[in-house]
Amino acid sequence: MTPSRFHPASAPDYLPPAQMKSLQLDRLRGVVQRAFDLVELFRARLDERGLAPADIRGLEDIAKLPFTVKTDLRDTYPFGLFASPIEEVVRLHASSGTTGKPIVVAYTQGDLDVWTSVMVRSLASCGITHGDIVQNAYGYGLFTGGLGAHYGAEALGATVIPISGGNTERQIMVMKDFKVTAICCTPSYFIHLLERAGELGVDVRELPLRAGVFGAEPWTESMRRHIESAGGIRAFDIYGLSEITGPGVAIECCAQKGLHIFEDHFYPEIVDPETGEPLAEGCEGELVITTLSKRAMPMIRYRTRDLTALISGPCPCGRTLRRMRRIGRRSDDMIILRGINVFPSQIEGALLAVEGTLPHYQIVLTRDKGLDQMEVLVEVTPEVFSDQIGALEKLHETLTYALDQTLGVRVAVRLVRPQTIRRSEGKAQRVIDRRNLG
Amino acid sequence: MKIHQLSLFLENQPGQMIEPCRLLAGAGINIRTLSLADTRQFGILRVIVSDWKNAAALLESAGYVVNVTEVVAIEVADRPGGLAELMAILENSGINIEYMYAFPFGRQDRAVLIFRFDQPDAAIERLQAAGVNVVESIDVYNKVS
Repeated sequence: MTPSRFHPASAPDYLPPAQMKSLQLDRLRGVVQRAFDLVELFRARLDERGLAPADIRGLEDIAKLPFTVKTDLRDTYPFGLFASPIEEVVRLHASSGTTGKPIVVAYTQGDLDVWTSVMVRSLASCGITHGDIVQNAYGYGLFTGGLGAHYGAEALGATVIPISGGNTERQIMVMKDFKVTAICCTPSYFIHLLERAGELGVDVRELPLRAGVFGAEPWTESMRRHIESAGGIRAFDIYGLSEITGPGVAIECCAQKGLHIFEDHFYPEIVDPETGEPLAEGCEGELVITTLSKRAMPMIRYRTRDLTALISGPCPCGRTLRRMRRIGRRSDDMIILRGINVFPSQIEGALLAVEGTLPHYQIVLTRDKGLDQMEVLVEVTPEVFSDQIGALEKLHETLTYALDQTLGVRVAVRLVRPQTIRRSEGKAQRVIDRRNLG
Repeated sequence: MKIHQLSLFLENQPGQMIEPCRLLAGAGINIRTLSLADTRQFGILRVIVSDWKNAAALLESAGYVVNVTEVVAIEVADRPGGLAELMAILENSGINIEYMYAFPFGRQDRAVLIFRFDQPDAAIERLQAAGVNVVESIDVYNKVS
């Protein structure tokens, strides 16, 4: 059972399930009491239901508690869900948010220490250790990715290069000159980096780089295969969200068969996204997380909108932490088009398969004579642009065919000029639904 | 011998032409000739300009995808049968003309045409061997007539 790269912080990864459950129950009761005492919204919701913290006697009682949703964070913007006085809050982060105000999250020093410890366990789970040189290309700032990975890698004893995002040529130079062995960034950025390296005559497979920790956006198995073969590395999926802590909520291990959830701090449930009813283990549904040890901003039954399933049974790596399937789609992303469920991730998969990299795209839904229409706008990138009309028509045809095949429903593809799809803080608004307007 | 042509992706809708024209005008770059190929959805604007390197950088920084293609400028007699004679030189050569368009200026009794060949080197060799004037790039970028 001894892990190959043991770090003291990773001890809870191997707790026998009974001990884990008892730890979770203790912590759950503590966090419910704390939220009840200090967070007005939560107390009001328990009062409405005639519930008291003492009603949590077993882990299964968690299902009695009300959910917390993203709009709760917006409605109480900026500090309404804090359970700690501002004097005890040592850090704030905020999400970009595609509409309106961002959401704000808070950490006490203890919360940061927990976050660092789960990031240490995350990186160790990917085989990263002291002696590794880690290029941290997640953005530093209000986004939790940069600082989360930074503190984790430092506490692990690795050498951290806080390069942040962007400036791809410098990233490649640093990767090569500093003999980087591990990188943290979004999977799509790493694919871009691989391509740029190729153009500059750098073969990443020949560099010491051996591991990538990729997250902050959904990605597919086909992207993983591409990254692993073109980069000569192993690519690990990391999961997290600011509302819960940031990156480090769950991570793959070397078995790459699902993500271990750090359930001593983040208690997972899977519920029916429509009804909110808990689902049996193994069923796909919406991931709901309760922060068991968060002080500044406890989240009770937070609806992540991410769809996954818990995987039962032991993992070959020896960790006893429960695993979840990789997240490919979100419940609020689902588009119902002429009775067929369509997810933007399916469209991404098809575009990626055709073009090799993910172009910026946008889905526009309209209603014509009562029939729903979907148009996918795809920005033409320098990689696919040809001076030949025939080649562009062929590209258009191939994209249309790939989407038809993937979605099982006819959609229109329109090639558009680069930079014409509106971006909000670097992220494209993926879906424009004009069906209610006409 | 070969001329650098810039190709830009445009959408087929009103107002798409003015921006690249304004950009080039603002930088004092002259459009020597152009052609616009279109489909129902999109178009490709192909231009020969006085300073293709700066023009490409300028358009790219404004967010356009720019493709630099090598084309060939050829003089042809500006009289009935002029183009037919030229085509005859390439007949049976297996060389394909992907597209062509003309310069607005000529040289006395000669017109200048732009050709995009699938095998530009083979085409140049064949045309020159037949005594056809393949126009030097310097003459095309800087109006001579």
